[in-house]
Amino acid sequence: MVTYDHYLEEPGSLEVAYFSTLGTQRAGHDFHAGWLELEYGVKAWWTTELYLDGQTTFHDSTVFTGFRWENRFRLLQREHFINPVLYIEYEQISEADKIIKEVEGHDIEADHAVPNAEARQGHNHELELKLLLSKNFKGWNVAVNPLATKPLLPSAPWEFGYAAGVSRPLALKASAQKCNFCRENFSAGVEMYGGLGDRISPGLHETSHYLAPAVAWNLPSGWSFRVSPGFGLNDNSHQLLMRWGVSREFSGFGETISKMFRGRQ
Amino acid sequence: MKGLFLSLSMLLLGAVVALAQADRSKGRNAGDSRFDYAELSKAPEKARARQNPLAGDETAVAGGRNLFERHCAECHGLSGEGGKKGPSLVVPEVQDATPGTVFWVLTNGVVRRGMPVWSKLPEAQRWQLVSYLKTLKIETPTAAAK
Repeated sequence: MVTYDHYLEEPGSLEVAYFSTLGTQRAGHDFHAGWLELEYGVKAWWTTELYLDGQTTFHDSTVFTGFRWENRFRLLQREHFINPVLYIEYEQISEADKIIKEVEGHDIEADHAVPNAEARQGHNHELELKLLLSKNFKGWNVAVNPLATKPLLPSAPWEFGYAAGVSRPLALKASAQKCNFCRENFSAGVEMYGGLGDRISPGLHETSHYLAPAVAWNLPSGWSFRVSPGFGLNDNSHQLLMRWGVSREFSGFGETISKMFRGRQ
Repeated sequence: MKGLFLSLSMLLLGAVVALAQADRSKGRNAGDSRFDYAELSKAPEKARARQNPLAGDETAVAGGRNLFERHCAECHGLSGEGGKKGPSLVVPEVQDATPGTVFWVLTNGVVRRGMPVWSKLPEAQRWQLVSYLKTLKIETPTAAAK
């Protein structure tokens, strides 16, 4: 749910997804942050993605918190021992954003205890870079994503973080029958992610970290469902980040749009 | 907030135009020279020599057909006859290639030409796909004309 492997969206396909994070909050109110995700395969080596974020803090309010534009570029043409993908994201979000799609720098639970009316006054413009490293081995996928974020203010330092995970389909061979509940349609894994401080103050102090098992169900029709409870590993972390999401892939979307444009010429 | 929505609108507009431009170049058919099957000849000798561990397994063929319909048919056609986005697979270049060669192309894709890498499928499923592909009949000119 947080860690990326090196596989990109198929060219011309659009994936529409809704994901949410239900988070517990000490010294504040629990929250439900949701985001809409539009992922498009521009080329076999380039995937672009737009996120629209929002959140509801219980006993407070519901707010739209901004957008993110993400691009992933496959760096090598063929499969290698380790496969690198460059991830570049621009985000324009308010400080009320709570989707916690990644943890970086000195992000801690207390950051999210601020009431929405106050938090939404602050805005973050950030550039985020990740190196997505991933490998498949005997049906297992192992992925590691070091990340660096630069708030677009001259005085703000680079912030660092990580995500790493392993996952595997429940069956490696496809069934002879068409089925939704076959084991190969399910995969399970576990991931860990957290902050590593910033350029001025690197390290693990005042950082938060999570361990999250995850289960995915990928239906032949293009629908996918994912669930992942994330457990905070230290006192700076939310005790629980319950994530779930649903997505639908639309093959041939690019061709449809292209036809619309061509039809008017 | 007004600036945010303006930025968002511009971003969406840019994205739609970009994807339309990217797909404009895709109006090609199976006879196009972009589908020259050259990638098959790039498979290393060791990869070519690999045997399909599921050869002769009928259930592997059935599973491979399901996988083909799910992942490959959109570009290569339901019967592997090819389409606007992907070449025909019922041609001698593919059918005469060794199972190991087909497996290698599946695994590595042809990224520059739009075919994604399929190593995200477990190895057994890729061999199932090879098993199914090898059951497709080479399309003769007469059969194609019908």
